[in-house]
Amino acid sequence: MNAKAIVVTSGKGGVGKTTTTANVGAALARLGEKVCVIDTDVGLRNLDVVMGLEGRVVYDLIDVFEGRCKLKQALIRDKRVESLYLLAASQTRDKSALSESRMQDTVRTLLEEEGFDRVLIDSPAGIESGFQTAASAAEGALVVVNPEVSSVRDADRIIGLLEAREIPEVRLIINRLRPEMVKRGDMLEVEDVLEILGVKLIGIVPEDEKIIVSTNVGNPASLEEGGSKLAAGTAFRDIARRIRGEDVPYPSFEPQGGFLAGLRRLFGGA
Amino acid sequence: MFGLFKRRKSKDELKERLKLVLTYDRAKLSPGSMEELKRELLAVIKKHFPATEADYDVRVEQQGDRMVLIANLPVKGA
Repeated sequence: MNAKAIVVTSGKGGVGKTTTTANVGAALARLGEKVCVIDTDVGLRNLDVVMGLEGRVVYDLIDVFEGRCKLKQALIRDKRVESLYLLAASQTRDKSALSESRMQDTVRTLLEEEGFDRVLIDSPAGIESGFQTAASAAEGALVVVNPEVSSVRDADRIIGLLEAREIPEVRLIINRLRPEMVKRGDMLEVEDVLEILGVKLIGIVPEDEKIIVSTNVGNPASLEEGGSKLAAGTAFRDIARRIRGEDVPYPSFEPQGGFLAGLRRLFGGA
Repeated sequence: MFGLFKRRKSKDELKERLKLVLTYDRAKLSPGSMEELKRELLAVIKKHFPATEADYDVRVEQQGDRMVLIANLPVKGA
């Protein structure tokens, strides 16, 4: 993706925007980029806890907007990756404190004066002012969708709004795919979602308990090197590489068709 | 085991429902207003033709980038 400022959005809440922002941001930084992740969910801040940085928040985005601190003072450096920074949302204010022009200024300053290579903007759920502010500073978008009815419908709405904003690079991340359910015909396949939404794919992330465990301890799963090809952490790392223009093939998420697995499906499943 | 062949995949039903609902969403229409449109359209057509109400079909459909209204109203020979 050519876009340096990328909004992570979904319309529907709870589909994995914040997890995606933390994991892709961390992976991009591990690949050598200087990355800032910005939480724009004012009043419901969470990116700090997902990244394990909650203890370091002194100033936040709204403090920057309202001139109570310098931008540099509000940048929180990550514990693990040197080139990764967080700009936290305010927990005590509400979305009315956001401003599109201040957001655009902040992102421009990060890219042009502070030497950042990439800015990931974690959007709040919904299609109102919070989302609009987050999108206003972006040249690209990662739309996170789960393969289920309400998430796909909301993603379609969000894609329409991103197109109305003329954001040139809109890419889709299918999150929480459950290969066993796809195989049974009880979950939309990747191709179904792409056909319905009509945007380019940039990642498929399987449902993975490890994400919950790594979030519990505030440590993005994408930072754990190695790991299975089919792990969510690996999928997030692959997304970071694709954003950087690498041609990373998609692993097959088809469940293993071994004899035992086949028997289990025959008698236990369907 | 025979259920394996008989059972309709739930994802196929979901896909159909999604396509329909997104067509309405994108056209900023509510399914209810389509019903109204159908009734009004039929009333107008009936004034000029003795249209058979039994097998008419009015729907919006996505054709590439465009949204089209397709009305199939069989009329009896005048």
